Formats: sequence, C-alpha cells, structure tokens
Amino acid sequence: MPELVRVAVTVNGRAYERAVEPRLLLVHLLRDELGLTGTHVGCDTSTCGACTVRLDGETVKSCTIFAFGADGREVQTIEGLARDGDLHPLQRAFHEEHGLQCGYCTPGMIMAATAILERLPEPTDDEIREGLEGNLCRCTGYQNIVAAVRAAARMEARA
Amino acid sequence: MLLREVAYARPRTLEAAVRLLGEHEDARALAGGQSLTNAMKQRVGSPAVLVDLAELAELRRIDRAADGSLELGAMATYAQIVLSPEVSSTHPILAEVAHQIADVQVRNRGTIGGNVCWNDPTNHFPPLLAALEARMTITGPNGEREVGYDEFFVGVFMTAAGPGELLTKITVPAPGACGSAFASVPIGKDGTCIVNAAACVDGGAPRIAIGCVAGVPERATGMEQALAGGDLSPERVREAARGLGQALDPPSDVHASAEYRRHLAEVLAVRATLQAAGRAA
Repeated sequence: MPELVRVAVTVNGRAYERAVEPRLLLVHLLRDELGLTGTHVGCDTSTCGACTVRLDGETVKSCTIFAFGADGREVQTIEGLARDGDLHPLQRAFHEEHGLQCGYCTPGMIMAATAILERLPEPTDDEIREGLEGNLCRCTGYQNIVAAVRAAARMEARA
Repeated sequence: MLLREVAYARPRTLEAAVRLLGEHEDARALAGGQSLTNAMKQRVGSPAVLVDLAELAELRRIDRAADGSLELGAMATYAQIVLSPEVSSTHPILAEVAHQIADVQVRNRGTIGGNVCWNDPTNHFPPLLAALEARMTITGPNGEREVGYDEFFVGVFMTAAGPGELLTKITVPAPGACGSAFASVPIGKDGTCIVNAAACVDGGAPRIAIGCVAGVPERATGMEQALAGGDLSPERVREAARGLGQALDPPSDVHASAEYRRHLAEVLAVRATLQAAGRAA
C-alpha cells in the first residue's frame, strides 16, 4: 500500500490532523473521517455540486479534490454556517422561501450561494443563476432556490 | 468513490517535479485535477504516482514579456484568467473563453495547462490557442524547449509533453490590432462543446481554428486563404466557409452526427470570423 500522507486541515474553525491514503477524496475525509455528513455526494463526477464546500474561501467540488489538497488550508462546510444555534441568513431563507424539496442538493446550493453573496451583496436573478450553474437540483426547484438567495441578500442588507 | 491506490509526492521545486516525473514509470502531474480526478474515478487513467504541482507558485504566474506577449503559467486557473487585468488589457478573448468553461467551482480549480495537456478534442483552449498561434514551453530533464501549438497538439489526449516532461508556460503573441472571437454550440450553457471555432483577425488573412472535429484543433487553411485579401464582408466570409465542413472528418456520437458537425463547423467558423472582424475594426 502506498505511504499515508499527513493532512492538517482547519474545518469550520477547528483544527484536525489525519494520516490518509493519497487516493482519499476531500469529501470522504469530511464525511467518513471527520463525521461531517452535511456535505453530500451526488453525481461523483464534479457535475452536480452537492459536495460544494469553501476551500480557503473558494467554492470547490470536494468530490474532485484529493484530501491532500486541503493540507494546510481552511475548509468551510454547511455545518460551519450557523452561529450559536442561529441559522445563517441563507439557511433561514431556504427554509422560509421553500428553497428545498428533497434537500439533497441544499448544502451545496447554500455553500455556492455564500460565495455569490460575498462577491455581490445585491445580486440580480441572472447573477444568482450564473453563480449556481455548477449546482443541480433534481427536484428542479430552481425558482424557489433563486428566491431564497434573493431573500437572504435582503436579510443581510437589513442586518 | 474509492479510487485505485496511488502514491503521492508534493515537490517544492520545478526541478524536483521533473525529476519525480522521470523517475517513476506511470507518474502523472496533478494540476487542478478537474479532468484527471474524474478519469481516475472512471478508471480511464490510473497513474501509479501523482506528482502534485500545488507548491509550484511560479507556475501560477501571468506575466507580460518584453515583446508584449502574454505568458501564462501552466497552473493559472480559469478563474485567475477571468479576473486578470493583464489578460483583459491585451487578450480579453482568453478571459471570455475561460468564463465559458463548466461552472464557478470548476473554474476555481481547473488550469489552462491542464486543459491543453489533457487535449480532450472538445476542450475550449486548443482551438483558441491555435488561432492565437500560441507557443508552449515544456520543461524536462534536459531543460526547456519551446514548441508551437501545431507541434504541441499531437492527437486525442496526446501532446508533445512526453513522459518525464512538464508543460510550464503558454506564450500568446502580442495581439497588435487583432480582434479575436470564439463561437461554439455546447451541450447546455457552458457545457461540453459539440463543435467550437476560434478566429483572430489582424489586417491580413484571418486565422481560424475548429475544435471537436479531430484529435487536434484544425486550422481552416482554405477559408483563411480565400479571405487573404482582407475583405471580410459577411457575404465573402460565408462564401469562403463553403466546403470547409466537407474537408473535415469529424466523429459521430450521441450528441451529433458527423454530418451535423460538418455543418456546424462552417456556421461557427463564419460566426467567429465575423465577430473577430467586428472587434478588429
């Protein structure tokens, strides 16, 4: 068996260190090694975006990055959004605007949307749709997903 | 998904990376991983050793050479190209095309070097770099060598960068008064291209390259020669494109027949040329 590789990574503000097989993907490090199962595996071909997380602030598909790629870096997952039990505005907005049906794509949608709102505090619908083009919803609930991102932008503007 | 076992190395210098690639049979350079990782999942590719280029910051640089040409490090990501002021100031077409690739997440990771080294015939950059007459710098155990795009692209998934070698830099000549454009018919917005075409117009004969129709980007030399006089009126350009498709031998697949790809090659060559001409004016 190839030599294990040491990965030191900060996830949602907490430092972890693991020795992993080089072939381990980031999404499996998060889910299987660290128990953070909020990040989902959908298509496993970097198409659907259900596995989207932030890596040093950039949105990435964690099924298409090796765990060693996160060594020395910071990862944020859906579990890292709520503060002291209060949902993040995007989480609240997805709830209130019925932005999810089965919910499978939701963690990836919300992580992708966090990057949109950081870059564009008042995005147009076109900008929201473009920012979410790497995330698929098989329930096809896109209208409400876009409405939820819009609503979260309004909440953050009021906050 | 559990991949096949693979060994891992993260060299800190370019020299060490080249040495590792030469030392191990079936070693593979890992850049952004947006193609290679998926190929490993599908078991299309199963390298024995991954040589991770993540530490080689010099490969991420985008620089201006003394002669005005643009030098893109092989590890420059699509997102970096989209946002680079250096790229927008002289070669905005590179940013425009990088922005059409896949989605935000993939653009944050995927690299221009990976795009051309993978040389999937449906990729965006091979035909664009053919129309821009880019040159590729390959680093190997005996130092650097530079090859033109026509020598670099060898066939489906094959380039002039051989075992033990690494593409390090792509040099795009200074554009002069050139106008460039890219046209495609993709599968869904920003999806895989069924056919694409790039054109560059700078006073003399336009340079036109077609992608997705062969193992390497095909220059439309007949059309270029027919337009050498410089009259790029819509009628002349359409006339010059006639018969272009018949000279090609594109594949048929579930998305399009060979005949339809021949038709698209003509349509897209015209679109790209006319748009490039408009931008050069």
